[in-house]
Amino acid sequence: MTDTSVFDSEKEAGFGDYFALLKPRVMSLVVFTALVGLIVAPVPVHPVVALAAILFIALGGGASGALNMWWDADIDRLMRRTQKRPIPAGKVAEGEAFAIGIALSVMAVVMLFLAGGLVAAGLLAFTIFFYVVIYTMWLKRSTPQNIVIGGAAGAFPPMIGWAVATGGVSVESVLMFALTFAWTPPHFWSLALFVKNDYAKAHVPMLTVTHGRDATRKHILGYTFALAVVALALGLTSIGGPVYMAVSLVLNGLFIKGAFDIWRRDDAACEADKHLAERKFFKLSLAYLFLHFGALLVEATLAPYGWGGW
Amino acid sequence: MATQIRAEHELHRRRLSRNVGLGVVLILFVALVYGLTIAKVGTDPNDALGVPGTEASQ
Repeated sequence: MTDTSVFDSEKEAGFGDYFALLKPRVMSLVVFTALVGLIVAPVPVHPVVALAAILFIALGGGASGALNMWWDADIDRLMRRTQKRPIPAGKVAEGEAFAIGIALSVMAVVMLFLAGGLVAAGLLAFTIFFYVVIYTMWLKRSTPQNIVIGGAAGAFPPMIGWAVATGGVSVESVLMFALTFAWTPPHFWSLALFVKNDYAKAHVPMLTVTHGRDATRKHILGYTFALAVVALALGLTSIGGPVYMAVSLVLNGLFIKGAFDIWRRDDAACEADKHLAERKFFKLSLAYLFLHFGALLVEATLAPYGWGGW
Repeated sequence: MATQIRAEHELHRRRLSRNVGLGVVLILFVALVYGLTIAKVGTDPNDALGVPGTEASQ
């Protein structure tokens, strides 16, 4: 490195580069599901407390994203999809990302404790620990089930939102967790079937690489069935209702059909139509999660007028 | 030379974006903590401040 490189304006981080450390796209899912968890809970929350709680849950999620980028900087440099992240791009130093991640994690947990109580703060702390230590540091590079484990971290936010309102954990909140948890593997593996990625180059064991594409198709089908059971069970709880059940029945029918279509195919068929079934399934998976949580929100909104819920 | 340091450069714009961005975030954080305090103090049923008609609220 030459002295002039210190002043290389291309490498000077702007505010957006630090914001990118917090994985804003993942954060949007966290904000939405945490908000639903908080709103559908039977205990009303003061709007300012709700806003603060959601922001600190999002901040905690973002902080774990920064710690993930700090630990994974070596593999992010190797994969095309991740080479533009702030650390591999040379805009933010690894130590800086680590410091930001730790500082924001502590801040988010402490502030959530003040806004939403001990259980919510404890769950957030556990989520950060789970995502950073259990997933990023340990299992991501050692098992092809890494997506399943990582999905658990992304599934906690509605439980945290629920805990902010009620101060506890219940069947409803556990099933909201299970919904995102069971949704993540089919969502991600269908993507892995049609996007050419270079996980092998980075020595990350992806199911498509370690067990092959046929095994991945079987796994998608299996998890899709498990997901349907969870989604329908959630509809039978106190936060479900006719609207949710109707939405869920249609979406799960479509999702299972999509998983069957994928399961029946081989690589030749995939190549022939440029992974059409996999692409459709992936797109549907995005709508699937959004509409399920959206339907819960509709039930909670209609409830005061005597229409929502059972 | 002083003139060179003062000259507007892409690098300065990035640093400005960083400083302004952090400043805005900190101001919003202060506002949020203030709002949280107002919301929390006065809504706790166990707190005399939150119960109308008690000595503390009058």
